[in-house]
Amino acid sequence: MSAYLLSLAIWVPILGAIPVLLLGSERRFLVRWLSLAVAIAGLLVTIPLYIGFDPAVVGMQFVEQAPWVPRFNLQYLLGVDGISMPFILLNSFITIMVVLAGWEVIATKQAQYMAAFLIMSGLMNGIFSALDGVLFYVFFEASLIPMYLIIGVWGGPNRVYAAVKFFLYTLLGSLLMLVALIWLFLDAGGSANILDWHQLKIGMAPQILIFIAFLVSFAVKVPMWPVHTWLPDAHVEAPTGGSVVLAAIALKLGAYGFLRFSLPIAPDASHYLAPVMIALSLTAIIYIGFVALVQADMKKLVAYSSISHMGFVTLGFFIFNSLGIEGALVQMISHGFVSAAMFLCIGVMYDRMHSRQIADYGGVVNTMPKFAAFFMLFSMANAGLPATSGFVGEFMVILGAVKFNFFTGAAAAVTLILGAAYTLWMYKRVIFGEITNPHVAELTDIGRREFLILALLAVCVLAMGLYPYPFTEVMHTSVDNLLKHVAVSKL
Amino acid sequence: MLNNFVVPDFYPLAPEILLLSMSFVILLADLVLGKTQRWVAFALSIITLLGCAALTVMTADGQTALTMSNLFVDDLLSDFLKLMAYLSVIMVLVYGRQYLVVRGLDKGEFYLLVLFATLGMMVMISAASLLTLYLGLELMSLSLYALVAIDRDSKRATEAAMKYFVLGALASGLLLYGMSMVYGATGNLNIADISQVLYQGQADKTVLVFGLVFIVAGIAFKLGVVPFHMWIPDVYHGAPTVVTMLIGTAPKFAAFAMILRLLVYALFAVVAEWQQMLLIMAVLSIALGNLAAIAQKNIKRMLAYSAISHMGFMLLGLTSGVIGKEVDPFTAINAYSSSLYYTLAYVLMSLGSFGMVLLLSRAGHEAEELDDFKGLNQRSPWFAGMMLIFMLSMAGIPFFIGFFAKFAVLTAAIKAGHLYVAIGAVMFSLVGAFYYLRVVKLMYFDAAEDKTPLLARTSFRILLSLNGIAVAAFGLFPDAVMSLCTAVLLHSL
Repeated sequence: MSAYLLSLAIWVPILGAIPVLLLGSERRFLVRWLSLAVAIAGLLVTIPLYIGFDPAVVGMQFVEQAPWVPRFNLQYLLGVDGISMPFILLNSFITIMVVLAGWEVIATKQAQYMAAFLIMSGLMNGIFSALDGVLFYVFFEASLIPMYLIIGVWGGPNRVYAAVKFFLYTLLGSLLMLVALIWLFLDAGGSANILDWHQLKIGMAPQILIFIAFLVSFAVKVPMWPVHTWLPDAHVEAPTGGSVVLAAIALKLGAYGFLRFSLPIAPDASHYLAPVMIALSLTAIIYIGFVALVQADMKKLVAYSSISHMGFVTLGFFIFNSLGIEGALVQMISHGFVSAAMFLCIGVMYDRMHSRQIADYGGVVNTMPKFAAFFMLFSMANAGLPATSGFVGEFMVILGAVKFNFFTGAAAAVTLILGAAYTLWMYKRVIFGEITNPHVAELTDIGRREFLILALLAVCVLAMGLYPYPFTEVMHTSVDNLLKHVAVSKL
Repeated sequence: MLNNFVVPDFYPLAPEILLLSMSFVILLADLVLGKTQRWVAFALSIITLLGCAALTVMTADGQTALTMSNLFVDDLLSDFLKLMAYLSVIMVLVYGRQYLVVRGLDKGEFYLLVLFATLGMMVMISAASLLTLYLGLELMSLSLYALVAIDRDSKRATEAAMKYFVLGALASGLLLYGMSMVYGATGNLNIADISQVLYQGQADKTVLVFGLVFIVAGIAFKLGVVPFHMWIPDVYHGAPTVVTMLIGTAPKFAAFAMILRLLVYALFAVVAEWQQMLLIMAVLSIALGNLAAIAQKNIKRMLAYSAISHMGFMLLGLTSGVIGKEVDPFTAINAYSSSLYYTLAYVLMSLGSFGMVLLLSRAGHEAEELDDFKGLNQRSPWFAGMMLIFMLSMAGIPFFIGFFAKFAVLTAAIKAGHLYVAIGAVMFSLVGAFYYLRVVKLMYFDAAEDKTPLLARTSFRILLSLNGIAVAAFGLFPDAVMSLCTAVLLHSL
């Protein structure tokens, strides 16, 4: 059983989506409960991954290997290390939240909606666990399809534009990556095993080209400034569930790609281009922070705040110390919880008011006190308040950055001010103050289902903020190993 | 005279003989069949093709057999390509049945012409001499010209047929002229002998390359690659959809065989020259096909331009067989098998896409406009899902067959050092993704304007579903077909 855990994590949600689709959208009751059951089963099969994980082991665990396309020597090769394993759990957990969030608000084609998310969840797990380059690519690109449909079918008024932009932007990156993957495949003598690629000796010029090819793909996905423009559009138009998955999981794929491909395969190019990467990251942190400040749409604000937070992640990667990379990983997981919670909170308000404009709100605390309390916690976490998960990652990355170069660290620390400014200012305008809009006066507080979703996320945010050790423990060995590997030149 | 006459071995010819005899049976039977009994011609055609398939399998012993004074060859490659051609033709007939009945095109001539075209393809596939090749090509082409015009009251179809005929005749002329040059240079019509003469270096290279240009141009016309692609959109658009489907699928196998026999086998001595020509055509086709497809509102025209770009990809594989001066058989086989796999994948996707166009058509309504796909997800989630699979597969998105076809070709191209060509090709696939996604957008994001229930027969529905599932299944497990393509080429070249 334990030998097939990763396969189960991938295929339980995907195969579970088939009966959901077959039920059809008429049987809403069955569709919802079956989707929930599949999502919970998806989480349950991933829990042994954490329990059985040995933090001391260098290298991959739970490895599964089977021939897939012998003609090209491609393998169905799965495995996780401390870097990828936490994301599989995060993804499976977020899927449950998404299913619960779509419980009542999705009125049309609910079966297809749920199935799209379940399939997506399985594909994401595939991305995080694939150790064969082509298998990775297949999962990576296939995951665009459900997201495209989610934004386009259940999204807002400008959904078609957003969906197509999302798809083409991401595809642009992945196609260049495909060429790089094929080049590596041929250079490694017909092996698509990513771990073989890590050992490959590559000259400086090809390393730089490979790094750039991967960079285009991952930078779009992260997204890094200046290729971030698809994200606000996609977030604003996507339904709540779509935004949650985008922010919590999909953005992490790009960052994960840097650690799995760019750094270990092209270490010399990574060092050589690190100043560029740091500059891009700082631009994202500071410039996008200011952009977030002036947003009038709550979803757009959180979307820009996501870009700014992801700037922290890429900054952490390219300062090449363990504080930086571990901090970035913690930040990624924390951002998974916090951004998911922020989008769900906005979803809660949108379901009642059908508006995301900050100006339409004000005084929500009077009618929705329980909700206001949760929203407060998540806003604080988004701003990076100590004792919430948002603080841990940012603090580690800033420490690492100071170690690397004082001014880099100082520039990164600006986010603590900016993050607090845009999040708390939004919070103030939405939740506090006088009730000006008569619709706000008619709001009802969150129900049991919404309470459950937000409470679960609140527990995660607090637990991670107060006691991050269980998270950092599993990634420590893998990060050290990665750093050692990156420090050795491949020329 | 008669003393010298050797009775040829008819055994390798068995499928062709059966097809020809059955064509006459259908021709005669059609005279006595009433209007309501036309299904007999349909059934007989299907039975004939199945019989041919059975004979082809029976005569496939993995050996290369030459017969009819070395004019006709039966090897594993020809058996494989013929089987694929029968399969496509059978699928076209089943898909097109209702379309023809509704429009009164369900005549005996239709089946006869389809069978003659198939016979032409088979002769092309098995040609061992330039003469046989030309005979097969003309039989196929003439039948197809007539098929385009089968709906004689349609002005558009007649115009398309005329265009197809004139340009096709020109292409045949070019090809024939090129063949005569090759004959002049080598003194042989037999493919194996030509290759032998060239190998010994006895030919006049100037004349040979001069002839090669004409041969390549002729092939490019038949294949429909830039700059010889002009007929493709008009013919695809003008022909009845069933005929479009036929033109767009089975002949690709015959064309592949023609390229393999003429260029790879007969004219391998000038491989550097023809690889360069094909490479330019491949790049131009991928670029122009994808760019022009964006502007189309008619799905048949869109698929026509998409066909041009796909044929460009197919050629890309063929240009990657030989790197520099060294001939490495493994590299060559890899490259050619990637092209064969691409052709196969393309035909499968193309059958499905045109099948969807037929599914939405009904009496008095040709579902040719892209807007006819609006809101298909509301009308039939299952078939919308099938079209989703076909479109994404054509765009080269995994988990579908189109992805591995592109992967194989790109791998071959990068291995041959065409790195920048490969980058260009994937960038144009990005452009291609846009118009394929537009179909998905129309089906899923837009509301249905036309809410008529889909009236397809059960056989049609089952076949289309199987077609879609095959596109997905061969994308998940591509190995069997890929290895088959390689094995076939390995045994035949």
